[in-house]
Amino acid sequence: MTNQTISIAIFFVLGVGFWMIALAVSYLARPSKPTKFKETSYECGIEPSGSAWYQVHVRYYIYALLFVLFDVEVAFLYPWAVIFRRIDGGQMLLFSELAIFVLILVFGLVYAWRKGALEWE
Amino acid sequence: MLELLRQALIIIGVLAVPFLIASGLTWGERRLLALFQDRYGPNRVGPGGVLQVAADMFKILMKEDWTPPFADRPVFVLAPAIIIIATLSSFAVLTFAPGIAVADLNIGLLFFLAMSSMAVYSVVLAGWASNNKYALLGSLRAVGQMLSYEVFMGLSLMGVVIQAGSFSLGTITRAQQHLWFCVPQVVGFVVFTIAGLAETRRIPFDLPEAESELVAGYHTEYSGLKFAMFFLGEYVGITLIAALVTALFLGGWWGPVLPPLVWFLLKTLVVIAFFILVRAALPRLRFDQLMEFGWKLMLPLSLLNLLVTGAVVLWQEGLRF
Repeated sequence: MTNQTISIAIFFVLGVGFWMIALAVSYLARPSKPTKFKETSYECGIEPSGSAWYQVHVRYYIYALLFVLFDVEVAFLYPWAVIFRRIDGGQMLLFSELAIFVLILVFGLVYAWRKGALEWE
Repeated sequence: MLELLRQALIIIGVLAVPFLIASGLTWGERRLLALFQDRYGPNRVGPGGVLQVAADMFKILMKEDWTPPFADRPVFVLAPAIIIIATLSSFAVLTFAPGIAVADLNIGLLFFLAMSSMAVYSVVLAGWASNNKYALLGSLRAVGQMLSYEVFMGLSLMGVVIQAGSFSLGTITRAQQHLWFCVPQVVGFVVFTIAGLAETRRIPFDLPEAESELVAGYHTEYSGLKFAMFFLGEYVGITLIAALVTALFLGGWWGPVLPPLVWFLLKTLVVIAFFILVRAALPRLRFDQLMEFGWKLMLPLSLLNLLVTGAVVLWQEGLRF
């Protein structure tokens, strides 16, 4: 286990190192000639108006909420999926537990659907 | 000592080969697309145009790398690094052939799912830090899309996990010696491939960078090497999804005559070619269509797949109480 962790750590460090070296090489090789109009935000040639750090549509928030709900429930299913085949006996009980769990999930999905949360207006 | 050297070689190989494939793809994709559309594509630099990769790389290194003065500077610089490191580190848990893996973690699949969530951060931060309206819109779309498709990406893998009884990619591939999982898990296979396309933001799911409406989406303000990192990150992502489809559903290294490693590479390249074919064949979806497709069709389908797989395994094991 520790060997694996060390391997991944080395892999990670090498990946970051590659990124640093590429940045350094590019820093030495590239030109830098800022001009007044280069320093403005790109809006298809029209003079930009205002900042982009502004309010966004609430739709995205609802999808983010749904994501949190469903992804957490998926996380509960992972340990179940690993032991289902390997466990000795009691599979029937395990399966019915899964069925109930998925039923609750489906109920949640249907509720969100009926409420119109899945509709993109 | 020999063992250590071997491990070092594997680490360097696993780091270098995806990079080589990804940068080769910048040329390969254009050539293949040209083939599908009855044109030549880049064929001038070197034999068949292969050296186009080197020419592009050299060019992008020499280009001015401009950081907007109105942007959130540290985040702006950090975002492209996140995408390349997050996608690349997933390769660490893949088993390419018996004994050839950086680390065949027993939680390999979870590691991949965690890292693919990290890639979302990169896109969001890039769009937000740019302080550009196109970039912000692109990154918002990317969040909506990638979050939605991540839910059933995880669910679609559950069938495979049940059948193999493990999260380790090596164990999962070993379980496919006699039957590839794309046969019993055909629904999971299709759903995972579609989710993979969406996670890498490829056509038909490339709304975050839809050129015709958003200029270049979340990387509108990026130039020079930082832009190249996003570009390369996308191709590394494609290579990663193709390698995962191979390992999870297409039998990984199993195959006759040829050595296992060659089989893995071959299958991965075929899946990549399929992704490029999809790009040539399909138009871009509309955003509401994309969300409905995900939540109303793919999610129920993967839940059903989970239940059916559970029932079949129960039946195979002979209904023990």
